[in-house]
Amino acid sequence: MIRFEQVVKIYAGGQTAVDDLTFEAPTGQITVLVGPSGCGKTTSLRMINRMIEPTSGHISIDDEDVQSVNAARLRRGIGYVIQNAGLFPNKRVVDNVATVPILLGAPRSQARTRAREVLELVGLPGDFADRWPSQLSGGQQQRVGVARALAADPPVMLMDEPFSAVDPVVREQLQDEFLRLQRELGKTIVFVTHDIDEALKLGDQIAVMRVGGKLAQLADPAYLLAHPIDDFVAGFVGRDRGYRALTFAQTPALPLAAEPTVPLGTTPQEARAATRDGWLLVADHGRPVGWVEPEHITAAIEPAMLHRGGTVARATGPLRAALDAALSSPSRRGVITDDDGILLGTVRAHQVLEAIEATDRPEVDEADIAPAGPTSRADR
Amino acid sequence: MLSFIHGHWSDILSRAIDHAWLAGLPLLLGLAISLPLGWLARRASWLRVILVGGSSLLYTIPSLALFVLMPIVVKTTITDPVNVIIAMTIYTVALLVRTVADALGAVSDETRQAAIAMGYTPIRRFFGVELPLAVPVISAGLRVAAVSNVAIVSVAALLGIRQLGFYLTDGYQLNYWAEVWTGIVACLVLALIFDVLIQAITRVITPWQRAVAS
Repeated sequence: MIRFEQVVKIYAGGQTAVDDLTFEAPTGQITVLVGPSGCGKTTSLRMINRMIEPTSGHISIDDEDVQSVNAARLRRGIGYVIQNAGLFPNKRVVDNVATVPILLGAPRSQARTRAREVLELVGLPGDFADRWPSQLSGGQQQRVGVARALAADPPVMLMDEPFSAVDPVVREQLQDEFLRLQRELGKTIVFVTHDIDEALKLGDQIAVMRVGGKLAQLADPAYLLAHPIDDFVAGFVGRDRGYRALTFAQTPALPLAAEPTVPLGTTPQEARAATRDGWLLVADHGRPVGWVEPEHITAAIEPAMLHRGGTVARATGPLRAALDAALSSPSRRGVITDDDGILLGTVRAHQVLEAIEATDRPEVDEADIAPAGPTSRADR
Repeated sequence: MLSFIHGHWSDILSRAIDHAWLAGLPLLLGLAISLPLGWLARRASWLRVILVGGSSLLYTIPSLALFVLMPIVVKTTITDPVNVIIAMTIYTVALLVRTVADALGAVSDETRQAAIAMGYTPIRRFFGVELPLAVPVISAGLRVAAVSNVAIVSVAALLGIRQLGFYLTDGYQLNYWAEVWTGIVACLVLALIFDVLIQAITRVITPWQRAVAS
């Protein structure tokens, strides 16, 4: 657990970067610091590994004050991932990753073996290890950056906008893999980003900071979307909050209707006989593959004929996916499957909405009911 | 000129070797001194003013004056080659301190921050990250210093120290132009050898510079 206690950072010019920051980043979870530029989120992060020293206040890791540890030794025990990866251009990928184990005194060969293992873990197997950083794409460099931070297996990781310099498709891929990795490794992570969607996706807990280095609100993603504490947080969290909050709501048992299906290769005559309302679901060994309109086909069903607009939701997934399946389906019947992708049945949008109305929303924390006036909890 | 070269081949070669020592050894000594000074110059702006400004000033001292003054300072005889070695080292430092400081300054801040965050101590960071990345720029400065040294060393002929400059003074006095030309060409060839050697070494120790994106 990382604890900030009344941490203040005032730079030499007199500018306050972080103002009376107090919060805890729980062990094994991802705490995201998010806010506009100039809110002190990176300064806060760098005070944890003493790249920046606080003006006053205390930061501790597992109840040990970071000020009491030699700075270089402290840093070797904390993984750090920087924007643009910040790889050493003069070291091969494997040696970049082996950096911290070698600093910790591991023999070179052993450190390299470990480095290759970690590279495999982040999806860069085999000959990637022997390349130079300049020979990798931005996304690959970022993976190496993550591997370098993980190489010495530190319990704590600090990540400073690690995915913001890559294109959106690669970013999403890196985020998904990062979450998968975190489920396996369970590190205590403090993650800095200016992107609220990234914060909502990755954070177990989100600290929204405002310009001037003040903590505006600290909450889990569902709570933040449901109950932003003031106009600043509401504005920062953005529009579609109600809909986006469904991402964090588990789908309850939906009233599923049985859906007749036909396999690929079905003739137009058979298909017309099987349909009830003009649309027919095609499944391959129980897995839904798409919708067809039997009226409009003249040959046996093949993949190229299938309507691909409808999304598929897992029964155990978030409500947002179930609602989207219903909204996007050409037959207006949302396709629901089990975790293996086997069809369970279909559901209509009004049924999903009824389920949404029946679910509990996060209860408002007593402490968040602000008194009269514009002050919020963190300002008091 | 060819007949002069033919007739004096072994003399030319031995003078060239002497000349190479007088120009080359100070290059190594000067580099060894400039690295810590250049590193120090990066630590604080007032240090930079003193070290870079001061060392650059050294280059303005006329070489002949330095050769003549050296025996008084280090208690050697006027014809001792050590005078030349020390004087040339001073010139090398004069050229390289700024280069080293600039080369270290050109290492990207991102890389430096990453090294700090990984837990490098300042000394290990210097040798493990900053110095290797500064090599290409330092090497460029070293090439200038090498050529400059080869040229300045020939002035020491006026003091009777054995090297290639002798052909210039001797040939001039005898009005024997083949000898003068031999001295010039020999100096050129020597400077070229230094230049190629420095480039080759740089190439070998900076393999990442040749890496092509795949």
